[in-house]
Amino acid sequence: MKKIIISMVAAITMCSAATADTIKIGVVGPFSGPFALQGKNFKAGIDAYIATHGAGKIGDNDIEIVYRDVPQADPAQSKALAQELVVKEGVQYLAGFYFTPDAMAVTPLLEQANVPLVVMNAATSAIITKSPLIIRTSFTTWQTSAPMAKVAKERGISKVITVVSDYGPGVDAENAFKTTFGAEGGTVVESIRMPLATNDFSPIMQRVKDSGAEAVFAFLPSGPTTLGFVKAYNENGLKQAGVQFLAPGDLTQESDLPALGDPAVGILTTFHYAVSHDSAENKAFVQAASKAIGNPAELSFPSVGAYDGMHVIYKMIEATGGTQDAQKAVDAVKGLAWESPRGPVQIDAQTRHITQNIYLREVAKHEDGTFYNKEIKTFEKQGDPGLAAVK
Amino acid sequence: MQTVFSIAIDALAYGMVLFVISIGLSVTMGLMRVVNLAHGAFAMIGGYIASYAVRDLGLAYGFAVLLAVFATIIIAIPVERLLYRRIYGAPELTQVLMTIGITFCVIGIANYVFGPTLKTIPLPEHLRGPIDLGFRSIAAHKLFAIGCGAAVALGLWYLIERTSFGVKLRASVDNASMAAALGVRTQVVYAASFAIAVGLAAFGGVVGAELLPIEPYYALRYMVTFLVVVSVGGAGSIPGALLACLLLGGIDTTGRYLMPEYGEFFFYLAVIVIVSFFPRGLLGKAN
Repeated sequence: MKKIIISMVAAITMCSAATADTIKIGVVGPFSGPFALQGKNFKAGIDAYIATHGAGKIGDNDIEIVYRDVPQADPAQSKALAQELVVKEGVQYLAGFYFTPDAMAVTPLLEQANVPLVVMNAATSAIITKSPLIIRTSFTTWQTSAPMAKVAKERGISKVITVVSDYGPGVDAENAFKTTFGAEGGTVVESIRMPLATNDFSPIMQRVKDSGAEAVFAFLPSGPTTLGFVKAYNENGLKQAGVQFLAPGDLTQESDLPALGDPAVGILTTFHYAVSHDSAENKAFVQAASKAIGNPAELSFPSVGAYDGMHVIYKMIEATGGTQDAQKAVDAVKGLAWESPRGPVQIDAQTRHITQNIYLREVAKHEDGTFYNKEIKTFEKQGDPGLAAVK
Repeated sequence: MQTVFSIAIDALAYGMVLFVISIGLSVTMGLMRVVNLAHGAFAMIGGYIASYAVRDLGLAYGFAVLLAVFATIIIAIPVERLLYRRIYGAPELTQVLMTIGITFCVIGIANYVFGPTLKTIPLPEHLRGPIDLGFRSIAAHKLFAIGCGAAVALGLWYLIERTSFGVKLRASVDNASMAAALGVRTQVVYAASFAIAVGLAAFGGVVGAELLPIEPYYALRYMVTFLVVVSVGGAGSIPGALLACLLLGGIDTTGRYLMPEYGEFFFYLAVIVIVSFFPRGLLGKAN
């Protein structure tokens, strides 16, 4: 009996000693299943930041990352795991979230749990309006799609057909493009929404051809569908017919480029980050993140959202000195500006969304036969035009 | 008129790709009475092997296809001996649980060995790019897939209906103990037809890879489509599967061309209608 009590006391003192100076960060993302690659990128970004910024220590405080896996969009599971992280693990910060529904599901918890949420990917504009304790370090589909409409106009294209997968981000991309392109004086001749499970895109391409549009603006989830879509675009002679392919950069994420290959060359995309971005910060980041992820070919955009998310969390921990005060932490990073691997960025003080450069890129081929997104134009300091549509 | 031709050729191509991939499942489900949910997994293994052979070993496409088919069969032999043999004649639920388990294992292994990214199977020069048919252009590999589908349909029909192996197979399926009593080595017949089914899966995986790209979740992603084809066509019926593929390919393609916003509504509506009028599939045999 005595022994048990002693060991219990010992256990309790050890625990409290450990929690006194360990700050836990709960990261929710898809770490297994069909989207495991994106979760892997989260982890690579986080590991890269920790490795290059004091190896898991801020002042006297140790940083511990607690990962939780939500393989595909599943709001109920996401909420349950976030609750567990807050209650059982005692995390001071929540971060990650690849899918919008998952992020939305945890927003009601934040205030009561006194925990800020740093969204590292989920790209629907409305998330940020659900709680004052949310900060986003990724992008929104509106933010990356709207500049494409300007590009189209500049290149003398006046008739565009939009083709999107029929789900949240697809509809977002369609609206963003239509709104901006309309304001620029262009015409969207037709808008097609395809089911997510489409395998054969030839009929769609035939329709694109028949519509007489000069360019097609497309949005599909990255992965197998994108590959099929790009192939169909080439095989049905749209490329030869001079119909320009426009899309936000999700479609040509670096991990898909080797599979997309030659047919993808010349596709124009607008996005916030290309692994090829030319800056000292990005070189250091790519080096650290490649090491963390293992295979450099798997590195793509969620890693930079995670990396910058960690930067924001580190600044919040510094500002609060490790005590749990969500509002103070969030207030401390409002307006925070820094040089990210993607270029200069700032957390907008009003919206708490990241203001950043959006780049126009073209898929190009290196001499060694590998493919990359070549940045050819910069739209500086872009906010999120989608917030206006939410309100 | 041009639109009609255009839709028809797309429908034919899509239907044939569906046929090549699904026919192996029709064989296992109809002739061997095994609900083989791991069918997609075998197709995926074939695709990975072909991709590896062409990209990393530099083999010619034709060799890669053969290698994929035979290597997948070799992989499947121990699986058949150790696992499938236990579930022949078992209740459907047991079969489903076992084969879905195999599928998850294969997904895990593929993810570990080949990584989560998409893998392509580079086509030879003459299968790349579009071919002009006069009224429109179509991808050369689609014509290739149409040819493969026709060849597979003809070959299988001949094998099952016209050869002594086909007679033994049909006898073993209809009454295993009677066939065994008459001297048919049913175990060997089952093993051989399982190998054929797996080989067809692998072949379909490779030929269809342009439409259904190879990645670890391939094994589950397209399983519903395969099962729909088999249930609409009638399990075990080769003409049935062919008819189902052309019909469903036609409905899906037409729907997608004329009314994409309805999504897969017409596809599944057709499935519901057909299955309610022909519960055993279009050309399925009554038990």
